[in-house]
This record gives sequence, structure tokens and C-alpha cells, in this order.
Amino acid sequence: MDEKPHWPLYEVFIRARAGLDHKHVGSLHAVDARMAMEHARDLYTRREEGVSIWVVPSAAISASDPAEAEALFEPARDKIYRHPTFYDIPPEVKTL
Amino acid sequence: MSAAKNVGPLLYRYVLRVGDLSLVLGQRLGEWVGRAPAIEEDLGLGNVALDLIGQARLLFSYAGELEGRNRGEDEIAFLREQREYLNPTLAEQPNGDFGQTIVRQVLIDAFQLELYAGLMSSADERLAAIAAKAVKETRYHLRYSSGWLVRLGDGTAESHARVQAALEQLWPYTVELFEEDDLDREMADSGIAPRLAALRVGWSQHIEAVLAEATLQRPADRPFSWFGKRGEHSEHLGYILADMQYMQRTYPGVRW
Repeated sequence: MDEKPHWPLYEVFIRARAGLDHKHVGSLHAVDARMAMEHARDLYTRREEGVSIWVVPSAAISASDPAEAEALFEPARDKIYRHPTFYDIPPEVKTL
Repeated sequence: MSAAKNVGPLLYRYVLRVGDLSLVLGQRLGEWVGRAPAIEEDLGLGNVALDLIGQARLLFSYAGELEGRNRGEDEIAFLREQREYLNPTLAEQPNGDFGQTIVRQVLIDAFQLELYAGLMSSADERLAAIAAKAVKETRYHLRYSSGWLVRLGDGTAESHARVQAALEQLWPYTVELFEEDDLDREMADSGIAPRLAALRVGWSQHIEAVLAEATLQRPADRPFSWFGKRGEHSEHLGYILADMQYMQRTYPGVRW
């Protein structure tokens, strides 16, 4: 049954409107970047979800190891002084 | 301009001819949904089919107004007899394998791209507006289908052999696309439609380019005996219509 090689996986990023970031929306299979772009267009922008598409081979993404999560992220937990919450906001500033 | 001449009934037939190409091809592509080589292709082919059905709807609504018998798009799409369908014979040819579907698609996408580009400057404003919408869709259709043709033609020995065989099989039907009959001539003389001879130049350029990239050989033109454009169809259209019309004929006026 599973003799056919699977098409490589691509990750899809869509920019919803000009000025916004590309956001990861999902993944798909395709044999090359051009096909990945067309599949992304057909799968993820059917309802006008975007104005720009990035496709990236999933294999090109280096991901952090969940087993290393403690070492990577927990040291930041007790460093509350890194949050910009210790400033007095002048009353003239309406939004920050 | 032959303003005095009443082109209404002829225009009605011409609009059907343009719309039937989209309708029949869209119906054919719809047969792939659930059967395509990958779920991504299900969506891809389905999207193209929906664009084509959308074009047919706009054209049939207009045809209904031109006809003046108060028929809507559904009645025109679903309740005509086989000989009243005016699509070129190529559109109704069977899907075959995926490669054959792609070959048929490239041949028709390139034709529709040239046709709609020409219709954008039609003397008929309604047709020009429909063409302006459809040309964008068609540009994507050709991008999609020619991408696949290159992959298959320039792929494995088997995929190359299959699409070359499909090309040999379907090529004779392309002659009909550009064979100018009285209706085509009248529409071109009235400034409503582009000259088919002019479309052929642009079409050939698209086809030559994609065939070269796909390492495929362009078959020789041969005399043809297909006349779908005047309602004389191959045996395949009857089966398509049986599928497509069953619901409306069994439950007249049924709505979603």
C-alpha cells in the first residue's frame, strides 16, 4: 500500500493584509516550490484569507527540542525586570 | 459597425458557445473530486472547476436575457437538449488518466486565455465585463495546468510517454477551436468577438513554450470532422448531460 514515496512537506505562511506579518497557517505536500505555492493558494486562500504567500520546505526548519524546553525557557521565568512594567507612564500618553 | 443589424439571436448562440465550453469542462474536472492523486489536487482541480462553472453562470444569465424567454441560468445549463450545447468537442473528451486531463486543460486554458483577452475589448459591454473577470481566473488555470504538463513531460519515461500519447490523441480536436464558421465571422465583423485566426497566434505561442519546456513534440495538424461548436457532438457529451441533468429533470425546479 505505502510503496509510493510521499511528496515532501511544505509549511505555509500567509499575510492576511498589507502591513501584517506572514503567519503560519498549516502545511501541505508538493513535489516542488511552484506546486507548493499553487496548493497553498488553492487550500489556504480560497476565502480571500491573504495577499501574500510564503512556502518553506518543512525540512528547512530547525525546531527547538521539547526535551530542552526547561533549559531554554525556564531561566527567563524569574526575570520579571525584563518586562517594561516599571516605568511611570506620563498621563499625556494615551496608548502604549 | 452594423448597428442596424439585429445580432441578438446570433449573440445568444455565441454566448452559449463561450459558456458551454466552461460548463462542460468544469463538469469534467468535477469528476476528479475525491479521485485525484492527492487531496491537494482534489482542491486544485475543484477550484478550477468552480471558476469555470462560475463563468458559465454569468454567461448563461446573460444568454437568458438575450433569449428573452425568461429562462434563468439553471434552465439554460440543465434543460437544453444535447444538440443545443455548442461547446467545442475537445471539452467533452474523457478525463483519461491525470496526464490526459492535464493535456486537455492546457490546450483549453491557453485558448480561453486568448479568447477572454480578446473579448475584453468586445463591442458588447456585458461580454467585456465577464471576460475581464474570467481572464484573471484563466491566467491561473494555465499556470496550474502548464506546471503539471512540464512536470509530467519532463518527468519519468512513463509520465512522458503518457502525456505525449494524450497530446497525440487530443490534438486533432484543437483544429475545431480555430475553425471560423458563420457565427464566429458575424461576431468578429460586429466587433463582438476576436478573430479566431488572431487567437491562434497567441495560443500557439503558449503551447509551443510549454511543450518545449515539457520536452514534448507538437503533433502535426490534421483535417478534423468534429462540429461540437454547432451542436454535433461526440458520444461523450450525452453521458455528461445525463449525469448533469438528472437532478433537474427528476425534480424540476429543485433548489439548493
